[in-house]
Amino acid sequence: MSLLSLVWNYLKAKPLNTVLNILLLALGIAVITILLLFNNQLQENISKNGRGIDLVVGAKGSPLQLILCNIFHVDFPTGNIKLNEAERIAKNRLVKQAIPLALGDSYLSYRIVGTNAEYASLYKMELQEGSWWKKNLDVTIGSNVASIGKLKVGDQFASAHGMVEGGHAHEEQKFVVSGIMKPSGSVLDNLILTNVESVWIMHEEHGEGEEADHHHDNEEHRAQDSTFLPSRLVHTVAASDSTHEITSMLIEYRSPMGAVQMPRFVNSQSNLQAASPAFETARLFSILGVGVDILMGFAYILIVISGLSIFIALYNSLKERRYDLAIMRSMGASRFKIVLTILTEGVFLTALGSLAGILLGHSVLVILGTFVEETQKAGVSGLVFYTEEWILLAGSLLLGLLCALIPAIQAYRTDISKVLAGN
Amino acid sequence: MPEDMITSKNLSFSYTKDSAIHFPDLTIQQGEHCLLLGQSGSGKTTLLHLLGGLLRNYSGSMQVQQQELSELSESILDRFRGKNIGFIFQKNHLISALTVEKNLLLAPYLAGEPVNGERIISLLQRLGIESKRTSSVTKISQGQAQRVAIARAVLNKPSIILADEPTSALDDKSCEQVINLLMEVASEHKASLIIATHDQRLKDKIKKQVLL
Repeated sequence: MSLLSLVWNYLKAKPLNTVLNILLLALGIAVITILLLFNNQLQENISKNGRGIDLVVGAKGSPLQLILCNIFHVDFPTGNIKLNEAERIAKNRLVKQAIPLALGDSYLSYRIVGTNAEYASLYKMELQEGSWWKKNLDVTIGSNVASIGKLKVGDQFASAHGMVEGGHAHEEQKFVVSGIMKPSGSVLDNLILTNVESVWIMHEEHGEGEEADHHHDNEEHRAQDSTFLPSRLVHTVAASDSTHEITSMLIEYRSPMGAVQMPRFVNSQSNLQAASPAFETARLFSILGVGVDILMGFAYILIVISGLSIFIALYNSLKERRYDLAIMRSMGASRFKIVLTILTEGVFLTALGSLAGILLGHSVLVILGTFVEETQKAGVSGLVFYTEEWILLAGSLLLGLLCALIPAIQAYRTDISKVLAGN
Repeated sequence: MPEDMITSKNLSFSYTKDSAIHFPDLTIQQGEHCLLLGQSGSGKTTLLHLLGGLLRNYSGSMQVQQQELSELSESILDRFRGKNIGFIFQKNHLISALTVEKNLLLAPYLAGEPVNGERIISLLQRLGIESKRTSSVTKISQGQAQRVAIARAVLNKPSIILADEPTSALDDKSCEQVINLLMEVASEHKASLIIATHDQRLKDKIKKQVLL
């Protein structure tokens, strides 16, 4: 017989009460664990996705939309900007790197992004198999696209206009998968990368008749024209090209001075707007934070109720157990041992409850991750553990101690002789 | 010559300021059995609790093994009780959440004594309840439960066994069995058996009697 086995036997003697108390606490702890995991991983992913991008330049509209669309690829584009206008921004001496993005099509609601190799290297993407896109209509796909969309190297697919599955399909031209990227935990896992020209081809063909060949013309132009100055964003077209458009441009500053001057410089252009990922995501989180806070509050209420329930259970069982405790004293148990027994019972209950809760929280996310694509896309995993969970555990043990304190003090004060004499 | 196990002189105890219970002087030697007789309310249980160190604020002298009990600190008294005294109550008061065996295991744990599993089994065999070892104490008969209580009381080999009305809830046959068993077990352990009772059936069993 030991302290723990004594406590365990007492808990086992009232299985319903014990299970109810553990369940109540476990639910509260599980909700907090899920929120914790979700919130932390979302924030990590967001900062991971925004790393190295100081400014997004796009068409005028909502700056938050610009960020959501061009960094996280969850919203629709604000519109297009002229390539030559983007070029002017990219040439600024404060800009270290400018990456063009051309959006518009998707496959199975995975977005097709026309860009250059710098975009993949910004996220330090590596190839799983195959190669990076080289020719027009070659694509390199993210790991989620490959696994969920069931695409292999060499597969062909027709893109759909917009972001909806089953939208107007561009059946005439098909993309070819040339490579698959390794999983990175970033948004690129959910993207289909190709060059900017491919996106133009897709949209020109159903645009103004001859435009399909336009691209071709340009290359001929370059061969003939010795004064041809290639655009630094898309090398196959001239820097002064005023016919082509892109959706946005991701900019990295050369120096912190950029943060001061660039946004103002961009916003002064009539058709352009600049949005800072850091600022907009902070704003987004402050909006989302309200919802998280409400859920958190709900979870804390659950925990307080479970604490109360444990307190009542201990308090009631103490009444029934006054005799037991007196007998134990008559058998030589010190007051301290009796107090320790009751405190251990409280702590044991909350320890079981919080462990069950943490386990439940992680399991829910693992199950969600297995069955719900969106969780996978968001890059939220149930198998990540945070130090905050130790705090959760420690807090629960403290709660157990607190709930057991009053019953323990009462047990300490009990007059054993009186109880045994039956008065 | 056997040493005096218990001696009391001018012992009195008061629950309230006005009234005090005075007890006759006692001398009980090691291995000697004694019956405390008296009507209910005469202070039998009080004296038993004083002997067991459950009540402390007495006046006069109460020595157990040459130790004045009021001089011991509470924690030392707890240990003293666990080591030297075994209690048996009218209702057996086993811990209902535990099995028979675990009730017995509780005794050494609470007293801070080493556990001897073989002794538990041999005691259960001695008392004829070995088959109930893993049963819940809520599922055994009253007589069996009283045997478990006896086993629990003598498990730590105490030198004194204090029994408070151990037979008054039992019929004649069980009463005879329990008192015989108690005396046998006490003698086997060379323990002094002190029974507080108003049960007239016990009068012939133990010669030394103190009337309160």
